[in-house]
Amino acid sequence: MAFDIASLGENVLTTSLKRVVNWCRKYSLWPMPFATACCGIELMATAAARYDMARFGAEVLRFSPRQSDLMIVAGRVSIKMMPVLQRIYLQMTEPKWVISMGACASTGGVFDNYAVCQGIDQFMPVDVYVPGCPPRPETLLDGIMAIQQVVERDGLPPRGRGPLGLHIPAPGGGRDQLVQLRVDAQKRIDAQP
Amino acid sequence: MSEPAADIPVAPGPLDAHPGVKVLRERFGDAGLDPRDTIVRGRAIGMPTVTLARDVLEEAMGLLKSDPRAAFDQLTELTCVDYLKFPQVQPGRFGVTYGLLSTTLNHRLWAKVFVNESDLSVPSVTSLWKGANWLEREVFDLFGVVFEGHPDLRRILTPAGFKDFPLRKDFPLTGKGWRESFRPVTRDEA
Repeated sequence: MAFDIASLGENVLTTSLKRVVNWCRKYSLWPMPFATACCGIELMATAAARYDMARFGAEVLRFSPRQSDLMIVAGRVSIKMMPVLQRIYLQMTEPKWVISMGACASTGGVFDNYAVCQGIDQFMPVDVYVPGCPPRPETLLDGIMAIQQVVERDGLPPRGRGPLGLHIPAPGGGRDQLVQLRVDAQKRIDAQP
Repeated sequence: MSEPAADIPVAPGPLDAHPGVKVLRERFGDAGLDPRDTIVRGRAIGMPTVTLARDVLEEAMGLLKSDPRAAFDQLTELTCVDYLKFPQVQPGRFGVTYGLLSTTLNHRLWAKVFVNESDLSVPSVTSLWKGANWLEREVFDLFGVVFEGHPDLRRILTPAGFKDFPLRKDFPLTGKGWRESFRPVTRDEA
């Protein structure tokens, strides 16, 4: 019996593989919750039943960077935490995206002091900024939907793109010396068993 | 920074009855020791406070813990105050403050020892109260006060390699450039 192509009717659609892959990725974002402050509480609320991040396919919060592809930086990042944040970002598997959630992660917020980095986007790539102090769950969901649009459109994060934030230089110069301090400290950390 | 401030009341009546003060008076008295550095400086909001000289601190603390009338078995806090540009002149720039509690006799006493930048060492009380360990590390980290005899006097809060003492009044609020000096990470490195 010959195969009657007409019998398929409207059960088939043709598309490109890239679109299918992007569609899959878009609805299976696995967030890495880098929650350091009150934004983390809102992040938890977003993941919980009332706001239900699962509606967007992003309910699988993974605490291992190896198993996640969306980093949500929720809260202040101190000078002690910044190297940790960068390291965890590097450990995440490709393709990966970053949401900078709330005023503190994006700009340092009200914490304009020696211990808090004034915006993570000075030192690592950020795809979407979520405003608020802290943002309501709806705002974070909006941010996740923005990432979904990025995924659907581009598929992969743009290569070769570094930090987007304007680097704020240290007052009075002396940056090289401080970078050297940082390098020395990192060497000590790496030498630990 | 030599004379005690005139407006701080010295030895008001109720403090003489404080068991901890009694114990200290019996041992050190007022005579022979600089009263400025030694015994009572007053009360602040119901907090009986004594100022101790640095060289008697170790013995005085041991006495406050072991004497059954004082019996301060718990060190509730150990912190430091930077009195730089403080309106009332203090005996020293840094006031290392000890909060003591007797859980058996239900009374409290605060002890303070003043040090200056010329000599920032203070005897450690970790041998008396184990809980002093991290508190002394914190004071060392943020103020630079060195605790003699501490088993492991490392920084505890600031990152490895940090050189300054950020809770000192003359440390700039926005720091000295550390928060601006990280190496940026790009996507290509991942």
